[in-house]
Amino acid sequence: MPLEIRRPGLMTTVQDAGRSGGYHLGMPPSGAMDLFSYEVANLLVGNTDGQAALECTYLGPEIEFTEPVRIAVTGADLPARVNGTEIESWTAHDVAAGDVLSFDFLRSGARAYLGISGGIDVPSVFGSRSTYTLVGAGGFEGRALRAGDELKVGVTGPDRRAAARSVPAALRTTHPAQVELRVVVGLASYRVVPASLAAFFSTDWRVTSDANRVGYRYRGGGIDFVARTPPAGAGSDPANVVDIGYPVGSIQVPGGSEPIALLRDAVTGGGYATIATIISADIARAGQSRSNDVTRFVEVSLDEALTARREAADRLNRVRSALGFD
Amino acid sequence: MSAPTRAELTPDADGVLYTYGGDEWIVVQLAEAMSLSVNLRAQAITRRIGELRIPGVTEICPANAAYMVRIDPDVVHPRAMTERLREIATEVGDAEDFVLRTRITDVPVLFRDEWTHSALMRFRDRHQTPELTDLEFAAQLNGYADVDSFIDAIVGAPFIVSMTGFVPCVPWGYQLVPPRRQIEVPKYVRPRTFTPERALGWGGGFTAIYPVDGAGGYQLFGICPGPIVDATQTLPDFRENYTYYRPGDLIRYRPIDRSEYDAIRATVGDRSFRHHSAELEFVPRDWFAEPDATVRRLCEVLDAA
Repeated sequence: MPLEIRRPGLMTTVQDAGRSGGYHLGMPPSGAMDLFSYEVANLLVGNTDGQAALECTYLGPEIEFTEPVRIAVTGADLPARVNGTEIESWTAHDVAAGDVLSFDFLRSGARAYLGISGGIDVPSVFGSRSTYTLVGAGGFEGRALRAGDELKVGVTGPDRRAAARSVPAALRTTHPAQVELRVVVGLASYRVVPASLAAFFSTDWRVTSDANRVGYRYRGGGIDFVARTPPAGAGSDPANVVDIGYPVGSIQVPGGSEPIALLRDAVTGGGYATIATIISADIARAGQSRSNDVTRFVEVSLDEALTARREAADRLNRVRSALGFD
Repeated sequence: MSAPTRAELTPDADGVLYTYGGDEWIVVQLAEAMSLSVNLRAQAITRRIGELRIPGVTEICPANAAYMVRIDPDVVHPRAMTERLREIATEVGDAEDFVLRTRITDVPVLFRDEWTHSALMRFRDRHQTPELTDLEFAAQLNGYADVDSFIDAIVGAPFIVSMTGFVPCVPWGYQLVPPRRQIEVPKYVRPRTFTPERALGWGGGFTAIYPVDGAGGYQLFGICPGPIVDATQTLPDFRENYTYYRPGDLIRYRPIDRSEYDAIRATVGDRSFRHHSAELEFVPRDWFAEPDATVRRLCEVLDAA
């Protein structure tokens, strides 16, 4: 087996770009929380076909390679070493059989991506190799990696190796401890008192320790709901609505006190009023924030959200060009 | 950054709210209140969207009184998609002629079981009336003389799976009884941090079955021996998909005793478990005209299967 997990890290899972088509049954997309960094890690090692990478959360794993492969670490600033020597992140490195990859403590961000030429070879479940730990589906045995796990890598296809080995500094992501997440207001925001909705955007929200792939819970303020006679089926709490679908990125405020933003392992629906949704371009930034980081939510229009989406796609295209892919 | 307009946050003339969940999701709230007719409309519209195979649509999710779609905005602009959804809504109309081709499934329930009882006792401090059990509280609140007659009402008419999700694959159940006989139960004051796998709960106007252990706020009534998910896909009913229930399914809860519960669990253990179900057509128009007679016919199809 080309990869032997000596130490698993805090929460290391196999992820790709995620799955679709099962949201109505309660199956979230899963996939890399920071899709940009995942895609770049793949490009650096020559994977252009959606191969699976490892998502390393907070504390990195220690991995011994039993075959030569090309690797790259992107995403969070989690300094990597091969046989004890620090290697540059956002850069492709060739490792030999017997080499050991380890990580220092996290400097910023929350999730690093380890791309490996050929990709992690696990069975595809509903169109994706991504791990969804809640029901134990996908990834490596449906769970985070453990010490002693042995992972296979896929067969590298035609030579798609990048001409350049490193992503220019300007195109790498940095992770300040204060983040702004752009949102589109909508959904059941009519349930919120207007002054309270305005205050939501001027509040410094702090990421609590309850922050994982399902969602992030924030603390720092409150939300006041408009008083009403509950409609049939909703239940009596003012934060409740008749159970409805939750978009990925949507923000709900159970009890009016602690907003929860749902991310890539989102619960797909429920009875809490949702008020806004993080735009697709900023989901990765949400997933790179960590406990105690300060978050401001910034309201944008749908058109601004679409512009941001195009800018995010352009950025990935610039990485592709810089690495010599056409 | 310019101040965004919130013109898109007002319901249309029919009271339908089309709203954007970021750049990839369109959430359509058909009504604020639950009713069978609004749920059937959500099911009819989403089935139609599925049939049309519209380029750029990646998820189609019916909900209780709403639905949502996920789109790829690089393929279809969210506003163009919203216009398309309005056209489809007009075409479907009030879904009066809608016929739901579906199946009805027998769902055995052990009410007043030891597992949900122990869970609800652990969290009495989060409950409206700590001195009563969840069943006693719900029976009293809905005007039933005792828990037995309340359970009779639950098992007396089938439910429609008005929505699935939360996690894979919680079936929300909305009972096929006229509005005046609808049971309504508030959720816990503060959610529990533990609910046993396969617990049957009730919150607002809906039942739910918890697929796995986890947090939850629904009142706990009993436990179902049949699994909701099978990630190993080794049970016959889960070969195609690791979930069983689908939106639009009909389910009938049936009270069982402990020995039947244990017998069914044994079939789960030896992987021979099968749901007892029957294919049928549910004609809402019949139900609105004669709810009790229509419901009896549905149950007869199941009993004959």
